[in-house]
Amino acid sequence: MKRIFALAGSEIRIALRNRWVAIIVVTMVLFSLVLSAAGSAPTGALGADKLSVTVASLTGLAVYLVPLVALLMSFDAVAGEVERGTLALILTYPVSRVALLLGKFIAHLSILALALALGYGVAAGVAFATDADAAAGLPALFRLFWTSLLLGASFLGLGYGISAYSGRPGPAAGLAIGMWLVLIVLYDLGLLAAIVADDGGFFTKTVFSWLLLANPADAFRLFNLSASSATEVAAGVGGAANSIPPLQALASVALWPILALFLALVGFRKVTP
Amino acid sequence: MTSLKLSQVCKTFSGLSALDAVGFTIEPGQRVALLGHNGAGKSTLMKIILGLIPADSGVIEVLGAAPGSAGARAQVAYLPENVAFHPALTGAEQIRLYLRLRGEAPGGADALLESVGLADAANRRIGTYSKGMRQRVGLAQALIGHPRLLVLDEPTSGLDPVSRREFYEVLDGLAAEGASILLSSHALTEVEARTDRIVILSHGRVMANDTLAGLRRQAALPTRIQIAARPGAADEVAERLAAGRRNGVTVDLDCAADEKLQRLADVTALGPLVDDLEVIPPSLDDIYNHFSRRDGQ
Repeated sequence: MKRIFALAGSEIRIALRNRWVAIIVVTMVLFSLVLSAAGSAPTGALGADKLSVTVASLTGLAVYLVPLVALLMSFDAVAGEVERGTLALILTYPVSRVALLLGKFIAHLSILALALALGYGVAAGVAFATDADAAAGLPALFRLFWTSLLLGASFLGLGYGISAYSGRPGPAAGLAIGMWLVLIVLYDLGLLAAIVADDGGFFTKTVFSWLLLANPADAFRLFNLSASSATEVAAGVGGAANSIPPLQALASVALWPILALFLALVGFRKVTP
Repeated sequence: MTSLKLSQVCKTFSGLSALDAVGFTIEPGQRVALLGHNGAGKSTLMKIILGLIPADSGVIEVLGAAPGSAGARAQVAYLPENVAFHPALTGAEQIRLYLRLRGEAPGGADALLESVGLADAANRRIGTYSKGMRQRVGLAQALIGHPRLLVLDEPTSGLDPVSRREFYEVLDGLAAEGASILLSSHALTEVEARTDRIVILSHGRVMANDTLAGLRRQAALPTRIQIAARPGAADEVAERLAAGRRNGVTVDLDCAADEKLQRLADVTALGPLVDDLEVIPPSLDDIYNHFSRRDGQ
């Protein structure tokens, strides 16, 4: 346990020195501010408080940004150590591969938590400043925070897996970007195209909802929007939120980190330094 | 207890034989050099000893334990070839992490860095270090916790002669305390007298395993006597000595170690025909080449 924290501490120090922490925090805060400003237009027609509206827009932001940030932090985790030659060294220490991966995971998740807390905190501050009823949106904001962390954890695990399977930082970076494009952008487009082609048939009625649940990013969006009082803000695939029970979406969001870390560990065990 | 016992160790990579029936032992306090050209199997053998990759067959015993087992890992230190520590950390931070990973107090970092001559640079980032300084960080981490077996992969490559001598002084101290050392190199000139025994690998096979003096004896390479003849007398000198090779004014004479004195007497007998002479024993490189090429490849 001590060793895991020693590894995590070292990773955090590296991230601070490399300005990774600064870059991620500034990105999250800036995007949150922009969304808050955009959401501060009168929302009387929706009948929801400012914070709930902001949370709904933040959900849409987090779906794109959190996986991207998580993949950027994690793609180098194994491949970088292989390239520097430090993996061979550290594996001769009395440290298990599980501990190595967990150390990195704790560090990266902490950095993500800090960035999310600051970003969402700023957004909440803006909402409170402009709407006295903003407190009604606090549970939604809190829910967004911990599900964002779970989403980030899933993509950290997937990133470690990519890093372990590709073995070199270059290919790992390419694969990470590819995975983000496929899971976050193309996946939804593909589903929409399939629905249009299917025209209310078997696919739309059964397979579609399972495919939505299978993708951690979609499950994350479904859970947050279905639990939110401002679903009307959501568009596109988010509209499907009504047809899927929140509990199933939550199960997907919660199980993905475990599955992703397990896959990463399986890949990491196969790496010969 | 024997520090390292290898017997009939074999390893093939996709049909290509990397190690073929390798066997030797290292006793406590011994410094053994593992020599071989690139691709001879040195790094592969080291990784097998460390348990990083499995051997296909053979017996490997590291301090009485299986390679890579918890018992072995706790007492074995490793310095990989061309290791590059994270450039964003300082030397002290890097060593503190390695101390914690070995379960030692991180406060020992300063003393360790001082013992390898890095006290002044301890708080600078490794990214600013020279190659020699990075290699010293690697050596410092290998000293953590008084390991009983050190496996060092080309530790002196890229070091200047002074650094190399300091490096061997640190190793001498460790060996005197009973630690065993296995270090690899691609040149005999780099390890010379600083090791107790030399193992030469070629194409995955042990070609020699002896002390430097023993290798000299085994190789039985001819000593060369280089004679500088008086101007115009080179032909006559060559003829009277029945020497094989001649080059301008110098005559080269190759002879076995035991006929050296006789041949010198022959040369002295020529008197005024000879201007000067030089006796050149087989060089370390000659000996190394002799063994590493013995398999006829």
